[in-house]
Amino acid sequence: MIPGIFEYHRPRSVGEAVELLAALGDESRVMAGGHSLLPMMKLRLAAPEHVIDLRNVEELKGISIEGGAVTIGAMVTQHEIIGSGALAAACPLLRETALQIADPQVRYCGTVGGNLANGDAGNDLPAAMQALDADYVLVGPNGLRRVGSRGFYHGPYATARADDEILSAVEFAVPPRRHGAAYLKQKRKIGDYATAAAAVVLGLSGETCASAAVSLTNVGDTTLFAEEAGTILTGSRLDADTIARASEAAKAIARPAEDPRGPPDYRRHIAGVMVRRAVEAARDRALEVTDA
Amino acid sequence: MAKSRVSLTVNGRAVEALVEPRTLLIHFLREDLNLTGPHIGCDTSQCGACTVDLDGKSVKSCTVLALQADGADLLTIEGMAGADGTAHVIQEAFREHHGLQCGYCTPGMIMRVHRLLQENPDPTEEEIRFGISGNLCRCTGYQNIVKAVRAAADEIDSAKEAA
Repeated sequence: MIPGIFEYHRPRSVGEAVELLAALGDESRVMAGGHSLLPMMKLRLAAPEHVIDLRNVEELKGISIEGGAVTIGAMVTQHEIIGSGALAAACPLLRETALQIADPQVRYCGTVGGNLANGDAGNDLPAAMQALDADYVLVGPNGLRRVGSRGFYHGPYATARADDEILSAVEFAVPPRRHGAAYLKQKRKIGDYATAAAAVVLGLSGETCASAAVSLTNVGDTTLFAEEAGTILTGSRLDADTIARASEAAKAIARPAEDPRGPPDYRRHIAGVMVRRAVEAARDRALEVTDA
Repeated sequence: MAKSRVSLTVNGRAVEALVEPRTLLIHFLREDLNLTGPHIGCDTSQCGACTVDLDGKSVKSCTVLALQADGADLLTIEGMAGADGTAHVIQEAFREHHGLQCGYCTPGMIMRVHRLLQENPDPTEEEIRFGISGNLCRCTGYQNIVKAVRAAADEIDSAKEAA
């Protein structure tokens, strides 16, 4: 299989990329690592007339952690997320999530920006970003704006990003020291999308849950922010009964399709199990943090 | 269709060519450069038979455009043996430990293992299995592949100590 015919562009700056996108119009697509776009193009499910490859845009490549804020450039690869000790120290959730994406070869190419902007409910990083309450930075002809990850996903491959915008970075506050997070994903095999997966971030005050956020991967048309599950957990002591109620609340918003990963009821059940295990893991990790 | 220029280093040799933008790296290697070691297996970035080493990264060349390799340093299975034809340590370990049966996955497997051992020279069995999880072998059940990788790691380590 080979893609259809297209013209290839390789800008050197975000400004140049945005100009190209505006000039070339609707039939142009931005390419990051290419591991979602190229398979779609090979299957002719996507047939852009212009591909704007961001690989030479250096300003999209760094991870910065300063002043209590993390900024990750869109072209940072999933392999680089896994390899960043500083990021893992500030926010271990992203390494844990990235390790569960596809396989090693895909992670060398696959980027944070591509995974977040693609709008496929099967992508793993969006749930982690929603649990962290991250903002996405979008750059377009009229400048820069920030959109919350929790309101970014509108439908299958439909997001708050306008066609003339590029997702340039993701930003979030470094979670407090007494936090715990987890990403639990059930998949049939390495390389598969989730049957169901859950990202959880908890903050503790003593043994009480001071804050909680839960998000689900691949059990609906989009990544699903399970707001009520978080509300149920907040203020509790994260006992088994509360966790079970939060897990039910998350299951209630799951609308998985029937696919080779199983019938909807089964996948909804797995979503609940992933939430329960992720909350338990996040709680246990938070309790391990000592006030040294 | 207008062609674009691509310049890169392949197995230590400078290469320059004109390619259609839609040319995939695997086709460029096999059809333009006659490097048929990288295999096309699934053609959907699952199986890893087309794995090559691109600027220090293992990539599935069926899912990379030739133009994305512009300026890169690329290594394929053809570049692994010594100039005199002596098999690379990893190739030798696969032979010695029978880490292949039909051999179709082997070029991709060896290129992946090459990068894995650069990044982690002393992997546990679990790390080996996780590290080669993007390469499918439908013959061996992986048992002997894992043995071969571990043996190659030991061999490389003892060669280093001797040096």
